[in-house]
Amino acid sequence: MSFSIEHIQQVAHLARLALGPEQAAHYARQLSDILEMVGQLARADTQGVEPMAHPLEMHQRLRPDVVTETDRREVFQALAPAVENGLYIVPKVIE
Amino acid sequence: MHSLTLKEMAAGLRARKFSARELTQHYLRRIETFDGQINSFITVTAGQALAQAAAADEKLARAEGGPLTGIPLAQKDIFCTQGVKTSCGSRMLDNFIAPYDATIVRKLHHEAGMVMLGKCNMDEFAMGSSNETSWYGPVKNPWDLTRVPGGSSGGSVAAVAAGLAPVATASDTGGSIRQPAALTNLTGIKPTYGRVSRYGMIAFASSLDQAGVVARSAEDAAYVLQAMSGFDPLDSTSVDRPVDDLVAGLNRPIRGLRIGLPKEYFAAGLAPEVRARVMAAVGVFEQLGAVISEISLPNAPLSVPTYYVVAPAEASSNLARYDGVRYGYRAQGVKTLEELYKRSRGEGFGPEVQRRIMIGTYVLSHGYYDAYYLKAQKVRKLICEDFRRAFEQVDLVLGPTTTDVAFKLGAKTDDPVAMYLNDIYTIAANLAGIPAMSLPCGFVDGLPVGLQLMGNYFDEARLLNAAHQYQQATDFHKQMPQAFR
Repeated sequence: MSFSIEHIQQVAHLARLALGPEQAAHYARQLSDILEMVGQLARADTQGVEPMAHPLEMHQRLRPDVVTETDRREVFQALAPAVENGLYIVPKVIE
Repeated sequence: MHSLTLKEMAAGLRARKFSARELTQHYLRRIETFDGQINSFITVTAGQALAQAAAADEKLARAEGGPLTGIPLAQKDIFCTQGVKTSCGSRMLDNFIAPYDATIVRKLHHEAGMVMLGKCNMDEFAMGSSNETSWYGPVKNPWDLTRVPGGSSGGSVAAVAAGLAPVATASDTGGSIRQPAALTNLTGIKPTYGRVSRYGMIAFASSLDQAGVVARSAEDAAYVLQAMSGFDPLDSTSVDRPVDDLVAGLNRPIRGLRIGLPKEYFAAGLAPEVRARVMAAVGVFEQLGAVISEISLPNAPLSVPTYYVVAPAEASSNLARYDGVRYGYRAQGVKTLEELYKRSRGEGFGPEVQRRIMIGTYVLSHGYYDAYYLKAQKVRKLICEDFRRAFEQVDLVLGPTTTDVAFKLGAKTDDPVAMYLNDIYTIAANLAGIPAMSLPCGFVDGLPVGLQLMGNYFDEARLLNAAHQYQQATDFHKQMPQAFR
């Protein structure tokens, strides 16, 4: 697998990363190397093997459906780059 | 004072040979004197440390507290500390003051009474094996300032190796505790997945991430791991099972302990001098009565490619939360919401994090999922089965932690694949979720060599027991770098 610059820009768009042209060229080469290394997986015989998503065989624990968190809205909003009247501010979305 | 073990420190505090305040001041002075050379701390929390030390002294005066009360510790900057900057080594979180404490922070400082000296440097979002991807600059190895300390817990190990902290927390997703411990002559343990709470530990790859300790001996590590471990309802993958007594069993003889040497861990690629030190350690274990045999982990050589699908896939999902809206870095002068996301992430993340996000995005994208992600999960199962079979024959698995000693700063920064191969011996334990540790086993040209021990699920006590017995018979772990004595 070898990445073209256009392909890298497409993946970067999906990942919401702004890349300059030079960066994209650099990443195209490096990501191609990485995927070539990953390509070794093809040689493993995995016929009939169950995919493993998690190291422990465990079930999702359930807890009573009660409120446990306190309201810390102001503490959390104090960390935001821009807030106004308790709302997070972003550039205008609707024209 | 900085050459004492934690047990000796606790005894010194109780015998009033020194106070927690004096002990803390001693380390704060050492940080001030030496950290300019190694860059192991991102934040030093002197004021908070002295307040915690004063509280510890009051407890000690009332003959209260436990074995860690008043003992200083450095936290890896991946753990949220309320009111203190928690950067994860990233520009993205350079302005992030954590609004809550990680569970281990609460357990170590609020419950066990340890004193937090500060927050340690690390590879950005724990992605790296050399501590060169940090937004705060590389950490230098105290054994040779022109070399890397390993990563991602490079700041934690450098601080402890240089005697700027007696012990530190760390985290391990593919070797980030064991590889840097090996390169700096420390004892580092990654417990079983689920043994230590991940609540408040900034997420990288959630099915692999596990917190642990880097220390100057297995005994020191045992005390701190004991205090960190245990069930936490705030982490949905935390295991509800009692914690073994890690300290009580340290002195058990290991006669009859079955140790397996996986032939794949001694194959081509291992430096001959490192191999020689590891084999000498095998000889020590034999003298201690352990029964050595060769075993095979046939799929272990596939652990690096498996990891570089699974970990980036999870990372690309976990790091989607950094959007420039709710917290963290925000790009200036943007006109649209999409541009806000893209530029905040383009400027806030460094190159290694961006590479992994892109790999993860790619392997999870439509049309590639089966070939990469599903395939990797199947190979992960094979690797896990290898260990299950191995632990039917042996109690512990022993091998090298790294292929070679610490490399030069800058040597691998532009070759990601070469960098990734640093973790060739450590990743399998994360994929399987088993506990593993690294401990010092000698030197090559003055640079430390690490020995890795891997155990079955929840066998931390057995690992630490074997390591402690080895350390009773050897003194490699007692060596400190000349310039920091």
